Amino acid sequence: MANFERRVVVTGMGALSCVGNSAPELWAAMVAGKCGIGNITRFDTTNFKVKIAGEIKNYEFESHFSVKEARRLDLFCQYAMIAADEALESGNLPRNLREASGLDLDRVGVLVSSGIGGLKVLCEQHQVMLERGPDRLSPLVIPMLISDIASGNISIRTGAGGPNYGIVTACSTATHSIGEAFWCIKRDDADMMLAGGAEAPILPIAIAGFSQMHALSSRNDDPLHASRPFDRDRDGFVMSEGAGVLVLEELEHAKRRGAAILAEVVGFGASGDGYHITSPAPDGSGAARAMRMALRHANLKPEDIDYINAHGTSTGLNDKFETLAIKSVFGEHPQCAISSTKGTTGHALGAAGALESIACIQAIRTSTVPPTINYTTPDPECDLDITPNVAKKREIRTALNCNLGFGGHNGVVIFRRYEA
Amino acid sequence: MSTIAERVKEIIVDQLQVPAEQVTPEAKFIEDLGADSLDQVELVMALEEEFGADIPDDAAEKLTTVGEAIKYIEDNSADK
Repeated sequence: MANFERRVVVTGMGALSCVGNSAPELWAAMVAGKCGIGNITRFDTTNFKVKIAGEIKNYEFESHFSVKEARRLDLFCQYAMIAADEALESGNLPRNLREASGLDLDRVGVLVSSGIGGLKVLCEQHQVMLERGPDRLSPLVIPMLISDIASGNISIRTGAGGPNYGIVTACSTATHSIGEAFWCIKRDDADMMLAGGAEAPILPIAIAGFSQMHALSSRNDDPLHASRPFDRDRDGFVMSEGAGVLVLEELEHAKRRGAAILAEVVGFGASGDGYHITSPAPDGSGAARAMRMALRHANLKPEDIDYINAHGTSTGLNDKFETLAIKSVFGEHPQCAISSTKGTTGHALGAAGALESIACIQAIRTSTVPPTINYTTPDPECDLDITPNVAKKREIRTALNCNLGFGGHNGVVIFRRYEA
Repeated sequence: MSTIAERVKEIIVDQLQVPAEQVTPEAKFIEDLGADSLDQVELVMALEEEFGADIPDDAAEKLTTVGEAIKYIEDNSADK
């Protein structure tokens, strides 16, 4: 019988993002309000309405992979594995867990996925097939494109033999992965989980695809101010790329190996809007249900939450309906601090929930609310105090991360300062 | 102009990312050069590309060593 008394803590973090290639760099940029968005350099955007994105800079894989290994990994999976390496190392663990003494690998699991998966290899190989025939298709195309291959490859690299799968919920992929990993440990199927998400979507098909939905900002002449969550003049989200991975660990297991405990995971909520393929439910009820579920699991009241890292994508609909969701749970004038860090990072889709979980954990650890940047004009339909433009000092014991994915998937994870 | 043997070796070195000195005629792709089934498919495709040859699946399955691959190309290549 599962023992739900088990406590789950965070003991490592890793990140790649358009504002820095490590978790500390990501957090520093979020606090400083430094934006990582610029002109797309990966392909010729001449015929594209949208010409801006948040690209990872100074990317190097050589200290993580051999040339042959890298050839077998789509970019999203490389990002996932690099973030996993950092998460393990920051948790005082080797990249290859087979080298860790006293660790039961069968009790270590991986839930690192992607909202879209290996779109780059799919597009490249589809072109090869059309131009040169099906017999010229790479035998690696399938194992490189499937979203679950990140969990698979991390398991192969680390030796982790516990629960291993991929959760795909578009822009809330990483949040659901972290939440489900929390339950894997809670229900005693694992003592340690690597959990998060990765995305590498800065490709013609994804830019054009989201652009055709009118989901993206086309503020091409001013990329640094294009992602402006909750601002009246927002005109869409800015796509970015990245990866984030957390090491979650059962408390006693973490203590036994002398791990530094960064925060505790105390609640996970998930719900479906049952409404529309891309628009959130207009009253925010789906997101609100996920928030309430997470609070219930955490045995907390709304007033116990000190900080909400909102999904806050900078699209017209998301920010408006998420405002309603937050108000319906936390009241017309929530006492907690709220912000969206996507002004800084753009929207890294399936990685967003992991980058923003890191924001919540660091907010707790440093008593700092990272700001919502690019906020100049209030929107009466988004009238929350969203910590505009400048970081604030505030005691934060409990932080809630919310992410909402196309399909109406809502994911919420609550982190709490670890107190014995 | 390189010989067929030299060109085959070059492709194997690039494809499997192994040191050239390990690519001897007796070297087995799987046991000695660390290839897996997907590497073998890619290797055969790279050889087909380089030599304008068509290597049918049943023939490809029998190519287990560097020497066998060289021999097959020498016997079947369009540019021999």
